[in-house]
Formats: sequence, structure tokens, C-alpha cells
Amino acid sequence: MVNPQMVMYEEEFNQIQLVVDRLVREANAKVVFIVDKNGQLIAASGEVDNIDTTSLASLTAGNIAATGGIAKLLRENEFSTQFHEGENANIHIQLVGNRVILVVIFDSKSSLGLVRLRVRKASDELNRIFESLLSKVQEPGGDSPFAEITDEDIDNLFND
Amino acid sequence: MSFINYMAREINCKIVYYGPGLCGKTTNLQYIYERTSPDAKGKMISLATETERTLFFDFLPLSLGEIRGFKTRFHLYTVPGQVFYDASRKLILKGVDGVIFVADSQIERFEANQESVENLRTNLAEQGYSLEKVPYVVQYNKRDLPNVLPIEELREALNPMNVPDYEACARTGPGVFDTLKAVSKLVLTELKKGA
Repeated sequence: MVNPQMVMYEEEFNQIQLVVDRLVREANAKVVFIVDKNGQLIAASGEVDNIDTTSLASLTAGNIAATGGIAKLLRENEFSTQFHEGENANIHIQLVGNRVILVVIFDSKSSLGLVRLRVRKASDELNRIFESLLSKVQEPGGDSPFAEITDEDIDNLFND
Repeated sequence: MSFINYMAREINCKIVYYGPGLCGKTTNLQYIYERTSPDAKGKMISLATETERTLFFDFLPLSLGEIRGFKTRFHLYTVPGQVFYDASRKLILKGVDGVIFVADSQIERFEANQESVENLRTNLAEQGYSLEKVPYVVQYNKRDLPNVLPIEELREALNPMNVPDYEACARTGPGVFDTLKAVSKLVLTELKKGA
């Protein structure tokens, strides 16, 4: 496969969670979440109980993919930032290291300038964490829980 | 490319329904959505035109249960079938773990099916995948209609690699879950191999 398997370990997850938790506070945001480019939710923070993060993750990735498609047609490498302004909610979408997507949802308690500033700082940190995660995943000899699964385990999933 | 989250103990996989326009990809997803218990499914999202043709994709998250202490979650996507939406179709194949090709069994859609399989092959190749390697199953849909081709003929044209294939009627349900189960099994088996 072209892309290495996306794997998340506890250590990196905690580091990522720290960054998004802090970003919620520092940017006065309602919700912050991180999605991989295939639409899988990686981490979320803030008022997440009131929103459907799974759907948001998938749509955000679709949005980034479509924007990437537009960029390609215009011979741009990528449009790394997007901003959508609504009546009450605004959404700031930032591509981090061309690998993951950092999404900040905020209202009138914050401002675009503040969000942009904080996102820039958080992006650098996230970039470093994902780099180290990626190099860890590529190390040989990592034990996977799936080497052990049997055909029976798989069949059992469908016996209902 | 599945996403394994050791922290949340989850495996997330992406399955894409591919096929020519109006073959029943969205109908497959709608049937699955209607017949799945609320705790096992998320919201279904359809980005469609006013006439309910898929514009970008449909999305349905499903939980299948646990395997060795890991929750298995499948994200089902459809692509827009109409020929001119090729740019969108390519995007949805990104990071795919398994593909279901939904064929329209009607005689007059024979060429559209062939064209769509070729298009799938090309678009997968552009993402660095090959149809031979990616978990792949075929569904012959609309078997309840009167003007359909015999299975043998469809199989010969659309399934030369002899992957698992199923007859279906997505509107009323026969074959829909069989197809999904088959591809899910292949995806998990692949995960095991790659482990």
C-alpha cells in the first residue's frame, strides 16, 4: 500500500489530546478536533457531546479532499487553510503536515485572528507528534493484536 | 488504509460502494441503515442533488462488534455514479480498505457496468492500489427486474478474477448484507495478513 497504516498509541494520543484541550482554552473555541485525511476522527475536545463528530470528521475530510482537487486543477500544491463563516458558528480548517486536519469551531466569543494565531502554534506541535508517531509505526517488530486473530474470530462477528 | 487506535481500542475501516449511475449504491446503504439497530449505526449522510442523485458521497458509520477486545467500526461510502463526477469518485477512494462493485443487472446497463469497472481500476491505480490486491466483491443488483442478463453472462464480463459475488435486490434487501459481510471479512483477513 502507498500509505503506511495509521496507528495511534496511548503515549502520542495523550500528547495530542493535551494540544487540542489547550487549543480549546487558548482560542476560546467551542470544539476542536483532529481528523485524518481519510475521515477518521483522531481526537476531539470541547463541547463534543452536542455534535456528531463522526459525521463531521467524514465531511471535513471530504471537504479537504475536494479542496485539494481544486488546488491540483489550479496547479497549486494544496490550500492548507479554510474558513467558513456562519451566523453563529464559524469553522476553521487547517491541514497539518499534509497528513491530518485540525478543525476549530468557534462563535462570537472568539475571533478569526485569535484562532489563526493559536492554530499556527498548535500545528507545529501536532506536526512533531505525528512525525514521531509515523516513525514509530514504521519501525519493524511492532506487535499487532491482529496477527493472532483467527478466521473463527472474524466469523463470530457476523453470527447474530 | 485502516486506522488502528490502541487508546480507544478501535479498528476503523473504509468500504466504498462503486458502480455506474443508478445501479443502487445509495439504496444499498439505505437498506443497511434501516435494518441496523440504532446502537450499531451513526447518522447516514447523503450529499445529493435535488433529484436525489449522489453529488459527492453517502456516508454511513457502522459498528460490527468486538474482535479480540477491539471495537470494529466500518465506514461505508458510496461514490457518485454518473460519468462526469470522476474527480469526486477519485477522492472517495483515498484510503479505501475494501470495495464493493454494484452492477446493474439490466441488459441496457451492460456497457455502463463495464465502463465503471474499468474506471474503478484506473482510479484505484492512481491512488497506488490495484483491483487485484484490494479486498473486493461484486454484487449483481436488481435481480428482481424482468429485463436482466443471466448471472453467467454478468460474471464473465464483470468478475474475471472470480472474487466473491452475490445476487441482490437492494430495494427489498436480499443480498445486501451478504455482500457487506463478504467484503468486511476480506478486509479483516487482510488486516490479519498485514499484521
